[in-house]
Amino acid sequence: MTKIDFNDYMNQPNMKPIQVMNEKGEIVNQDLFPDLTDDQLVDLFKKMLWERILNERSTKLNRQGRLGFYAPTAGEEASEMGSSYAMEKEDFLLPAYRDIPQLIQHGFPLDRAFLWSIGHYMGGQIPDDVQATTPQIVVASATVQTAGVALGLKKKKSPTVAYTYTGDGGTSEGDFYEGINFAGEFKVPALFFVQNNGYAISVPRRKQTAAQTLAQKGVAVGIPGIQVDGMDALAVYTVAKAAREWAVAGNGPVLIETLTYRYGPHTLSGDDPKRYRTADEEEEWRKKDPLIRFRTYLDHKGLWNEDMEKNWEEAVNKEIDAAMEKAESAPQQKVSDFYKLSYSEIPESIQAKIDECEKEGK
Amino acid sequence: MAQLTMIKAINQALDQELKRDPKVLVFGEDVGKNGGVFRATDGLQADVGEDQVFDTPLAESGIAGLAAGLAYEGFRPVPEIQFFGFLYEAMDEIVGQIAREYYRTGGTKKMPITIRSAFGGGVHTPEMHSDSLEGIVGQVPGLRVVIPGSPYDAKGLLISSIRSDDPVVFLEHMKLYRSMREEVPEQEYTLPLDKADIKREGTDLTLISYGYMVQECLKAADELEKEGINAEVVDLRTVSPLDEKTILESVKKTGKVVIVQEAQNMAGVGNQVASLIAEKAILSLDAPVARVSAPDTVYAFSEAEERWLPTKDDIVAKAKEIVNF
Repeated sequence: MTKIDFNDYMNQPNMKPIQVMNEKGEIVNQDLFPDLTDDQLVDLFKKMLWERILNERSTKLNRQGRLGFYAPTAGEEASEMGSSYAMEKEDFLLPAYRDIPQLIQHGFPLDRAFLWSIGHYMGGQIPDDVQATTPQIVVASATVQTAGVALGLKKKKSPTVAYTYTGDGGTSEGDFYEGINFAGEFKVPALFFVQNNGYAISVPRRKQTAAQTLAQKGVAVGIPGIQVDGMDALAVYTVAKAAREWAVAGNGPVLIETLTYRYGPHTLSGDDPKRYRTADEEEEWRKKDPLIRFRTYLDHKGLWNEDMEKNWEEAVNKEIDAAMEKAESAPQQKVSDFYKLSYSEIPESIQAKIDECEKEGK
Repeated sequence: MAQLTMIKAINQALDQELKRDPKVLVFGEDVGKNGGVFRATDGLQADVGEDQVFDTPLAESGIAGLAAGLAYEGFRPVPEIQFFGFLYEAMDEIVGQIAREYYRTGGTKKMPITIRSAFGGGVHTPEMHSDSLEGIVGQVPGLRVVIPGSPYDAKGLLISSIRSDDPVVFLEHMKLYRSMREEVPEQEYTLPLDKADIKREGTDLTLISYGYMVQECLKAADELEKEGINAEVVDLRTVSPLDEKTILESVKKTGKVVIVQEAQNMAGVGNQVASLIAEKAILSLDAPVARVSAPDTVYAFSEAEERWLPTKDDIVAKAKEIVNF
């Protein structure tokens, strides 16, 4: 008979996600209300609306065959824009494939994001003044790289952070653990956002791990883990901002789990969520919509109205049209371009292949 | 000039590069205070400080990912993977990430990373230490795979690798670390990364090799000379991408070729060399392209290593067969 009660060792903190604004748009935690002006609150909401419109338009453009790979973001606006809004221009973003909206908000041109979706090398070209990588396809690969960027920032004594995103499924990857563990050991300014939208394609969050929360995975590496209502932009912003300050002050990394939901499929490459999700479940999450609650809040404060919404929608659609047009005017890619992009210092044997391609017009 | 072992030449190259450029960072498992499990980084941390030379947690993917991240911030990482058999742990970061970053970002992000790692048989290591896996990374566009065959080459090629803006996998053969000495200049010097080197000129046949097998080829050439066969020994030095010009010129001159590698026949880069010759020099050949390599089995249990690894005698026998074809 065992003399040890393993229940004592389960280490399952009954974490309560941080919330500032509830589903009705009421402030439920005034203490954590962010230090944002009315203009900034409206600005944050506009970014969320921009993301929702971008998602709708991208979906249509994909269906028309004008865009390629696309991972829908509707439902995740609070998680993505709330966190993004708390970052500075000089911070370094390592996005995953669903994090295109944050990348664009960080300064990456929209037309290049479209080219990335289409599959064109110009879609990976990062402007000199944008501190970011291209969207990461290999799940959690960016987590280990984030530790490296943050170590670089620490060595340069830069008052900035490296921040990255992965989903709930990504927390099962070895690289996720290695990345947060390295960041903890080197005590570097890194923020790891886990956007827990409940599903990794068809596999529900509960099938990823027996851990009660994903935030508690920080315990394994000795860094703070915090869970936040990912449908509440104000809560996400407050937590992200505070985590950034903590990291910049030299206290090391933070793991932030945002509880969110994607209304759409995993990607537009054939995934059908009806195979693994119920309409009831979707309906439940629709009630938590980050835009509805924020709009209600701003409306009550007299900061937002239908006219403003209409004007903004028009402006965003114009921006998208212009970017799409620009993307579609990009030069056709050649095999010789690909050889030229294989090495920055081109070996003689590769140069011979470039010459051959150019001779054949390839 | 001093007579140095390869490990000493590598140590000197690292020391000089660390002092020349504060952006050069050396890190890995036990490379700091301990000076590396082979003493390749001996004294470096004491010399330039923990900011430039430091230990990491025991995780190869984390190490390679750390290198990628540091490169984004303008550093010149020189990470170490303790034994190249542990490459598998870091495959995504090296092959899936670092190798393709310049391409993926349309030429806007460079990865000036040199991944150093020990490999190679003949020293009775435990499992997964000695495997020749250069063929795996040699199949990856965007990577340079450099394998020095002597102390002099090791120093010059390592300095060139560190200064290259492209990623390099720099593989150091364990048996070469201390088995030979060579004149190595004290001052810094570089060797071209994309050039093979003719270690011995000859007219009757070409022996193409790399790593420790270059030394076996040179011994074989001495023995063949006694029998009136004049062999040319080509050391690839960079096994990917291949220096096609030097290979083809030598084969066209001699008309006979034996490709020698320590890796299994199905592995290594010998296949690539053979197909290159078949495609571009077949009319110059007056014997089939021949190969000396290890059997197509998992790397030998250490007790059987000497019977499993290719030797000078295998090279001599194959060379004679080809000359008398």
